[in-house]
Amino acid sequence: MAAHVSDPVDGAIEQVHRAERARVLARLIGLFRDFDLAEEALQDAFVAAVQAWPLSGIPANPAGWLMTVARRKAVDRIRSVAARDRRERDWRELSVAWTPGDPEAVIADDRLRLIFTCCHPALATDAQVALTLRTLGGLSTAEVARAFVVSQATLAQRLVRAKRKIRDSRIPYQVPGPSELPERLNSVLAVIYLIFNAGYLPADGDSVLRVDLCVEAKRLATLLLDLLPGQAESYGLAALLYLHDARRAARTNEHGQPVTLEEQDRELWDRRQILAGLQLLGRTTALGPPGPYVLKACIAAVHASTRESSATDWPAIVAFYEQLVRLEPTPIVALNRAVAVAMADSPARGLALLDDPVLAEALAEYHLYHSTRADLLRREGLIDEAGVAYERARALTRNQAEQGFFDRRLGELLGEDA
Amino acid sequence: MRYMLIIANDPELHPIPGGPGWDELMAGYAAFGEQLASHGRPFNGDPLTPPDTATTVRVRDGKTITVDGPFAETKEWMSGYYLIEADNLDSALKAASMVPSAKYGAVEVRPVAEMH
Repeated sequence: MAAHVSDPVDGAIEQVHRAERARVLARLIGLFRDFDLAEEALQDAFVAAVQAWPLSGIPANPAGWLMTVARRKAVDRIRSVAARDRRERDWRELSVAWTPGDPEAVIADDRLRLIFTCCHPALATDAQVALTLRTLGGLSTAEVARAFVVSQATLAQRLVRAKRKIRDSRIPYQVPGPSELPERLNSVLAVIYLIFNAGYLPADGDSVLRVDLCVEAKRLATLLLDLLPGQAESYGLAALLYLHDARRAARTNEHGQPVTLEEQDRELWDRRQILAGLQLLGRTTALGPPGPYVLKACIAAVHASTRESSATDWPAIVAFYEQLVRLEPTPIVALNRAVAVAMADSPARGLALLDDPVLAEALAEYHLYHSTRADLLRREGLIDEAGVAYERARALTRNQAEQGFFDRRLGELLGEDA
Repeated sequence: MRYMLIIANDPELHPIPGGPGWDELMAGYAAFGEQLASHGRPFNGDPLTPPDTATTVRVRDGKTITVDGPFAETKEWMSGYYLIEADNLDSALKAASMVPSAKYGAVEVRPVAEMH
């Protein structure tokens, strides 16, 4: 398909692939309850489109055309398997799902059901992420494997296991009822946030950013808003992703090394994304008390709306963290609250929070804990202790850009010491 | 589809007969049984005696080896089970969350492999 992008038909097929693949796939999974069959049949349909459309022209409803062809291809595949295995039961079940096709009919949108199935908490988190990217994001297995630094074989294994569990444990293909919705929606939001963070904060490799995953996560967050409106936390997450991604150009220097929020050139922040983020956040005010994503987006919004880092309203940020730490009492939130307190009050008060023994133990292996401590120690003038903490941070990260950053900090410390 | 709900408890955390929380727990199980019955689908389930009553049997080279105790030494032990019918995993998970002992231990949900 990619060979002659200039050809209008090929271009159209690519565009249909991008725009409609997930919707058609979701519908096929809904009809056949079989992820592999649906993916293969859709692939068959795209192959058929590449052959047919240059001759027949692009159909008026390309998605409907694909749906009709894919459904026929799926039935063909099942029929040949059924003939081989004489599994009449499969065939009878299939007949129930089969309804005569109208190529012009609007395809029922099954993508919401697909999201909830892919992000079902009965699946391992890494499988949830892989399935979501593979089916709703339309990334190839190779692309997902590269993004998460695992081998294709490992990823394929994960996908096979997940699909088998969906089938054998009968994980339903449905949007959860009102009593389960909050918890299950949380699971979906967590997967989208994980995808974003994998793009934003990769664990290793030589670049700080993997832009594709950030774009993919924003697309999924926006899709979720379209499919299931009225959920404050969904708007909160979408706002958070836009507000974070707005800083993309400023987050690394010309050597690809990370630049702290304080030192970023705020002229490089993307105003369009900031505006989009603030608007999304504004939508949450009418939707009840803030949850964790809304609060995180509020914190990001304070930063995004501040032109000079010295003018940051740190007391407001501390107040948001106080609320957040009650809803989400995790070590990471406690770490970020300590930073905010250090900025709003004094480095010493921040350090006192960081040196809480429970927190220190929980984050002993987390490089950003040590680099944060190092930074506060430096501000307190405790240069030797700061150096030790930077060394510890450097030893704990595999990301080369971050290692370079800690080296630079260590160099600066030695300069201050001399 | 049938699912087995395997109840596992940490005996140090779980109420004991006559101790605090016991009557409440038993009332909870009675209510859970009524809930299951109200769906009109077949189910069964029972508590098990503690693992110090367990005996484990293995057959190797035609010889039966019998040993005292459960097959796995774990802190949590299987204290009971339900076999229920449910449309899908979500319904089975919902039932599992209503097992009174879930507050103290864990409930493992396993689909029954239907052999035909």
